[in-house]
Amino acid sequence: MSTKQDQCHRLEQGGRIDRSQPLTFTWNGKQYQGYKGDTLASAMLANGIKIVGRSFKYSRPRGIFGHGAEEANALMQLGVGKETIPNPRATQIELFDGLTATATNGWPSADFDLMEWVGKIGGKMMPPGFYYKTFMWPEKMWMTYEKFIRKAAGYGKASLEADPDIYDKLNRHCDVMVVGAGPAGLAAALEAGRAGKRVIIADEQDEFGGSLLASKQTINGQAAAAWAESAAAELAAMDNVLCLSRTTVFGYYDHNFLGALERRTDHEGMTAKSGSRQRIHRIRAHEVVLAAGALERPLVFANNDLPGVMLSGSVATYINRYGVVPGNRCVVMTTNDSGYQTALDITAAGRTVVAIVDTRQQPEGRLIEAARAAGIVIKAGHAVIEAQGSKQVTDALVAPIDAAGEQITGKPVSLSCDLIAVAGGWSPVVHLSCHTGSRPQWNDTIAAFVPGPSVQRQHLAGAVNGEYTTVGALQAGAQMGALAAGSEATTSYDCGDESVGLAQALYLVPHTKPVSRAPKQFVDFQNDVTAAGIELANREGFESIEHVKRYTAMGFGTDQGKTGNINGMAITAKNLGKTIAETGTTIFRPAYTPVTFGAMGGRDIGELLDPARHTAMHPWHVENGALFENVGQWKRPWYYPKAGETMQQALNRECMAVRNSVGILDASTLGKIDIQGRDAREFLNRVYTNAWSKLAPGKCRYGLMLKEDGMVFDDGVTACLDDNHFLMTTTSGGAAAVLSWLEMWHQTEWPELEVYFTSVTDQWATCSFSGPNARKVLAKLCDDVDLSAEAFKFMDWRAGTVAGVKARIFRISFTGELAYEVNVPANQGLYMWQQIVAAGAEFGITPYGTETMHVLRAEKGYIIVGQDTDGSLTPQDCGMHWIVGKNKDFSFLGKRSFTRPDTSREDRKHLVGLKPKDPTVVLPEGAQIVPDPKQPIPMDMLGHVTSSYWSECLGHGIALATVKSGHHKMGDTVYCPLADGRVLAAEICSPVFYDPKGERHND
Amino acid sequence: MLHIYCPYCEEMREEEEFSYAGEAHIARPLDPESLTDAQWGDYVFFRTNPRGLHHEMWNHAAGCRRYFNVTRDTQTYVIHETYKMGEQPSVTGEKP
Repeated sequence: MSTKQDQCHRLEQGGRIDRSQPLTFTWNGKQYQGYKGDTLASAMLANGIKIVGRSFKYSRPRGIFGHGAEEANALMQLGVGKETIPNPRATQIELFDGLTATATNGWPSADFDLMEWVGKIGGKMMPPGFYYKTFMWPEKMWMTYEKFIRKAAGYGKASLEADPDIYDKLNRHCDVMVVGAGPAGLAAALEAGRAGKRVIIADEQDEFGGSLLASKQTINGQAAAAWAESAAAELAAMDNVLCLSRTTVFGYYDHNFLGALERRTDHEGMTAKSGSRQRIHRIRAHEVVLAAGALERPLVFANNDLPGVMLSGSVATYINRYGVVPGNRCVVMTTNDSGYQTALDITAAGRTVVAIVDTRQQPEGRLIEAARAAGIVIKAGHAVIEAQGSKQVTDALVAPIDAAGEQITGKPVSLSCDLIAVAGGWSPVVHLSCHTGSRPQWNDTIAAFVPGPSVQRQHLAGAVNGEYTTVGALQAGAQMGALAAGSEATTSYDCGDESVGLAQALYLVPHTKPVSRAPKQFVDFQNDVTAAGIELANREGFESIEHVKRYTAMGFGTDQGKTGNINGMAITAKNLGKTIAETGTTIFRPAYTPVTFGAMGGRDIGELLDPARHTAMHPWHVENGALFENVGQWKRPWYYPKAGETMQQALNRECMAVRNSVGILDASTLGKIDIQGRDAREFLNRVYTNAWSKLAPGKCRYGLMLKEDGMVFDDGVTACLDDNHFLMTTTSGGAAAVLSWLEMWHQTEWPELEVYFTSVTDQWATCSFSGPNARKVLAKLCDDVDLSAEAFKFMDWRAGTVAGVKARIFRISFTGELAYEVNVPANQGLYMWQQIVAAGAEFGITPYGTETMHVLRAEKGYIIVGQDTDGSLTPQDCGMHWIVGKNKDFSFLGKRSFTRPDTSREDRKHLVGLKPKDPTVVLPEGAQIVPDPKQPIPMDMLGHVTSSYWSECLGHGIALATVKSGHHKMGDTVYCPLADGRVLAAEICSPVFYDPKGERHND
Repeated sequence: MLHIYCPYCEEMREEEEFSYAGEAHIARPLDPESLTDAQWGDYVFFRTNPRGLHHEMWNHAAGCRRYFNVTRDTQTYVIHETYKMGEQPSVTGEKP
């Protein structure tokens, strides 16, 4: 590290910085000093740092250009390691002691960049659409190209380490939301606040005041900045007003919903010392006052991107607010009166204004007179047509131009300077208004777009609406604030003479050479879009402004066209012989300035990203080494490996335990809906395919639910608890959708049915144990139910006492074995599980998870809705004709679709079994099925494998699959060609591989 | 994010509490078996997709769990009215 440098561009006095608090910062490895109240940009300028980065495409040196959100060049890599933040603008980083920043690009350094030479040599070879044109073919090479493009392009890098900070999100409600705390916003908030409304006012800067902080005007006799301070103090003292500084309203959404990012501690250091670093306020407002201000437009002339070319208003802001004068010899290039104020400010700071170059032929008025009186040279009817210098401005090439601003009318002369301040007029910040779909409207008087009509309860005040005088902004603010509050404005304002002359609309400054031959004339600095690039895009046929944007990348990135868009649209309009109003604008989208992912995530990260649902027995599963699977939000045991076991070995052991003795599964996650009411039975008749009229209390029935298109949607067993009382089970993942489905039909079509639905999934815990010894296990725990096969049949349920707990015992089976599901209130679930496991110990009762459950059910050909079905299979396609009621009175949901021509086709895909020819093979799930693998690609396709497992008890692989006309192809051989070149043959068979007669579960 | 008035809760609530439930006022045919395939297909599959006023059902899923109707402009997202199931819209875009 070298020694601290002098702040050679710092003024002796003035500005809103605190000179008693010097701060040290590091830029590209060198230490510098600034003051409390500086931005990183003002401190860099104070230290004479000219080059702050390299451009995106051509690697040209770039300097600080603006002073706020409009800055397109000075993107920083702030901090290092896990704390690093990519791409904040130096103009929006408040300086703190120890701040470290580096350039986001440039290799080996921003000052000396090898790519610049590539850009200089290759610049001609990188026209707009370069990437589209060059890297489109061959398609498979895109991945290779992309790696290099990503490396060469882009700006900062995010850390791969976890963010050390925390972030919050808050919901807010208010009567009046004021966006921006410049003169218009402050005046609006004052009126609404005084009227007693709940007000939120937000501004992106550390202090309220906006342009007033760098203004030398007076407001009602008070200095502008002092007025801003007193207004801010009055607002802060109101209980009904929430003042949010350092808060950017980044998005404006439907129904007056706004997103605002508050940077709580960014100005104190890289990480927050306590609490959250940033937080997002989610604001719902009755009325919104947009007082977002305006951004100054640059002028498009040759080499206008050289370090030392700056926005005129930014130069004035650095002088007046930060006590920094960015250059010693300045040429002011202006199309309107605002350049004159800057020239006066430069002169007042004791620096030289070489000339004011005004493109207007005969500028007159208050400020022009003042400049003349200060002895400043004014070159009217002239323009800076080119900035000269290799790494920074050394000269401005100035030439006379015609009144239309299209032709050079005389010999250019060179003016020696180190700063060119450009004033191209002002562009209202229409971004937020656009977010809700409002199209900006062109206003010829101010030569700018203003927000168009909006359906939101939105009011516009000040520069955002093209009202550029301070007094106009204050008065509009007061009026709109009062309007939003439903009151009358209480204050009127006087700011003295603010008269200005007419501005000239000039979007492309002519050069002695045509646009295509002149040195680059930049329109969009961040994306390296030039006037010549836009011209080429137009010539190649891109006429819609949205197409021009995408072809050239104008308005992309974090800049979002803040400074360049109007010039680019105007140049397009001129090329196409249209007006700007006809060409229109592109639409700006959120976010206005970047929002960190940390803030967007807030606390909803890690375990809080999504709720995890645990069953009552979860602790036991964890203690016993279960691995878990996500089923919806549920964590279900997947399998329980023992030491040294592979997954397959564990599955084989679990499967064989169920087949030979007894296994136990936590089935608590199955959706459970309690259905009651006089018409509950009729309701079931309407939503299920089979008949429910005669199901007696104590009995259970399997049901299939269809959508109206006749396709399977959910399945499950429903028990008749009493004549008007049923318990429906659904798939674990489908529970919420099924409840909504039932409620929808009840509320929208059949409100006359008396029926009530209650989700009881979480209220009941379910222990499902299965296997030839299941009855013996239950008998040890239950003595008040006759468990004999004759008294308690398959598909019966009984109320009884199990291990001293009142339980519902369902004799249903998803494994094909003798099985019971014991349901107890969830509080007793863990206890019940432990009791059953203890009782089953003598039979080697084995806990099993979802994977073994899948194998066992597949051996029986039981479908899993959503795995074996995908919303395109009817019950008939699944081979479940038996479950479709033929004689039901009501035409149940989906029934009518069975006879649609497409649904009744014989060659639909059918669910079948597949037995691999090689018994050791397990077909991959998802494998495509073809009749003849020797066909040229694309082959005829028959379907795909939906479920596939190794069946330990059968000694071969088994699969379920959908196959075209599968039910008519039993015994046929089909093939699965795999990506690795193997072709696996399999025979189409019944999906029921195990115990086809169903003797075991009836035992 | 929309701000929706639930006609059952009689309060404005955030969109997060609701879920969309498709076009409103599509009555299930009383006798599906009597319909032609084309008529049934129209009921099952075809929906309007207007640019402008749309009557649609929403469910107050994280609230009272009632379904209700909304008249919403699909272009501006302005909600003109919400009304209970079984009621008819008062904003239809037709000239009185």
